[in-house]
Amino acid sequence: MGVDVLISKPSKGSSGKTGLWRTFKPVYYEERCIGCGECYLYCPEDCIVMKGLKVEIDYEFCKGCGICSNVCPANAIEMVKEL
Amino acid sequence: MKRDVIREIESPLLPGNPACQGCPHAIGLKAISLLKNPVLVIPAGCTTVIAGIQPKSSFKLPLIHVPFASAPAVACGLSKAYERAGIDSTVVVWMGDGAADIGFATLSGSAVRNDNIMVIVSDNEAYMNTGIQMSSTTFWKAKTTTSPTGKTEEKKDLALIMLMHRVPYVATASVGYMLDFAEKLKKAEKVKGFRFIHLHSPCPPGWRFDSSKTVEIARMAVKCGAWILWEYDGKFRLTGASRRYRVKSKRIPVKDYLCVQGRFRGLKEEDIKEIEKKIDEVWRLIDLLEKV
Amino acid sequence: MRTILTGNYAVAEAVRLSRVKVIAAYPITPQTTIVERLAEMVESGELDAEFVRVDSEHSALAVVYGSATAGLRSFTATSSHGLLYMYEMCWWVANARIPLVMAVVTRTIGPPWNIHTDHTDILTLRDSGWIIAMAENVQEALDLTIQGFRISEEVNLPFVVGLDAFVLSHTAEVVDVPSQEDVDLFLPERRQAYVLNPNDAIAIGNIAQNEHMMRLRFEMAKDMEKSKDVIEDAGKEFGEIFGRSYGLVEHYRTEDADYVVVMSGAWCGDAKEAIDVLREKGIKIGLLKLSYIRPFPREEIRKLDGKDVLVVDRSFSMSYKGILGLEVGSVLDCKNVIAGLCGVDVSVEEFVKMFKMFTNGEIRDVEWWLK
Repeated sequence: MGVDVLISKPSKGSSGKTGLWRTFKPVYYEERCIGCGECYLYCPEDCIVMKGLKVEIDYEFCKGCGICSNVCPANAIEMVKEL
Repeated sequence: MKRDVIREIESPLLPGNPACQGCPHAIGLKAISLLKNPVLVIPAGCTTVIAGIQPKSSFKLPLIHVPFASAPAVACGLSKAYERAGIDSTVVVWMGDGAADIGFATLSGSAVRNDNIMVIVSDNEAYMNTGIQMSSTTFWKAKTTTSPTGKTEEKKDLALIMLMHRVPYVATASVGYMLDFAEKLKKAEKVKGFRFIHLHSPCPPGWRFDSSKTVEIARMAVKCGAWILWEYDGKFRLTGASRRYRVKSKRIPVKDYLCVQGRFRGLKEEDIKEIEKKIDEVWRLIDLLEKV
Repeated sequence: MRTILTGNYAVAEAVRLSRVKVIAAYPITPQTTIVERLAEMVESGELDAEFVRVDSEHSALAVVYGSATAGLRSFTATSSHGLLYMYEMCWWVANARIPLVMAVVTRTIGPPWNIHTDHTDILTLRDSGWIIAMAENVQEALDLTIQGFRISEEVNLPFVVGLDAFVLSHTAEVVDVPSQEDVDLFLPERRQAYVLNPNDAIAIGNIAQNEHMMRLRFEMAKDMEKSKDVIEDAGKEFGEIFGRSYGLVEHYRTEDADYVVVMSGAWCGDAKEAIDVLREKGIKIGLLKLSYIRPFPREEIRKLDGKDVLVVDRSFSMSYKGILGLEVGSVLDCKNVIAGLCGVDVSVEEFVKMFKMFTNGEIRDVEWWLK
């Protein structure tokens, strides 16, 4: 009946591997991290996961916006140019 | 509180979605994850694109795309149906300042009916999805593609207008203060009737700033007094960081907020003075409302 | 139960009998009494439904689009400028394949302001995907509304029933109001292609690729064709339960006719009387009434091949023919008279004169019946 075109289902990577969008990559310095969760709270891409008080970044989809680095109070994330 | 929210909050968006780098909607939407059984109603705007291309949805939640001006009315229909069917759900309109312009009558009508819905206007201060054109909430003197030398029109206060509809919950929020927004959403969820949140959403390509600064600039707006965090739930009060900035001397200069955004490039001293006056006038009104 | 009702009140009864659950409408003359009657019914408890007082017609259709997408039988009504104000939503509802019934009290479009009938407003829906039915009298307005729920829910296309401004909407006629039990027999439980609810994480209406969207319109076209059988079956079963049958068209004395007039709407009643007058005079003339303009009953019209055909339009396309004239003209040759626009009344005597001119060969290609 043709209603399929009206329906979409949840799909990760609906725009492909958005990690390819990056110019700058967030580099995480675990030793500086205080586990405040600000980066997790403000990451627009759901690419930061908190494991206990530490953080993991999903580089497959991280668009490299730099917000995590900007909000980190402990300087534990640095944006490094990706070549 | 903070630890709890951080444990609870997650993104309703899946990674690899079409949102721009540093998109404020993508940040703001995370608070929706705190609601039980939400159904999203999305009129035309950036989120229309963020939702992905059929057959792929970037959202983990049920949602419906609707014509530009219709969102609160469609949400009304959905909420009435769910109520009748005994289905427990919060119908949430996630719309922009554009939809609030073209659908102003619809928004107003919905508030007058006290429809049992939550309306969040994620305001990036221009019609961003169509390419940065001026809206009625565009900041004073801001450059947009339809106001290339700066906005000459007034900026309307959407949240205060909705407050005058005498609905049970109205608040402003900012993507720079997610805990404050989260608290407001959780409070609003418990209220029955029309709930309205005006969410300040700085847009990197639209306001011309680096994508890393979305949260920083959102916070600067509050710190200089240009954006005021308040809520009304029967009583009007300032919330979060804005309580501090009631005292003008505690604020950062408005100039600092304006000068980091490309949309204010070329602003003269007298323009900044005019803007400061406008902001002062808003605070005078807010002061009075707090006392009422 | 036999009683006397205006067209508008009859539509309200039909909505009540169809167990509609959500109603939203914005007043516009001459639709207002449908909505007022429904509001009364809801508040008195006669009708167990939500009545939503909206801020505009655009919002009215938006509200019922929401409730219909959530799975509830819903209804709205409008007219003329109101229909144009909700026009965007009309197209949205059709493409979204949401079953819904709307009543349009057909009224001309201004300026200048004019609250009287012609068919221009409802015909603006003809490309959208809405099924369009036209009532000849108050009974048909009632019956078609009930059938509309069944038909639209079976084919997943929204259904609009047109009734002429004041001539039907505000004119009281004798009607048979069916019993709730009989209507319950005729109308099954609502079903639809998809539903939006909080337990199923689907996204409805995402941006889609062009090729896929074109297929959506193609499928709609196919389902519009299929709806012809659904309409005939529903009309036949309606006859079996209620004693009044319906179909895509009504043939009035066309079987042995040399001349056939094709028309739609309330004025068919007057035209039938004129047909009778001419038949008395020995002229073999008949009327093909289009009960449905969408789907377009071209097979029925093709049956008139070989006869002289005149289409009398209560609309104009701004091409060189009336809207029905163009549509019928795409199937077979026909003459066309444009009459009754903007509420201009065409009496039985005038129809007699018009049809006489037709059978005398005095009507050239397209004539305007100006007064």
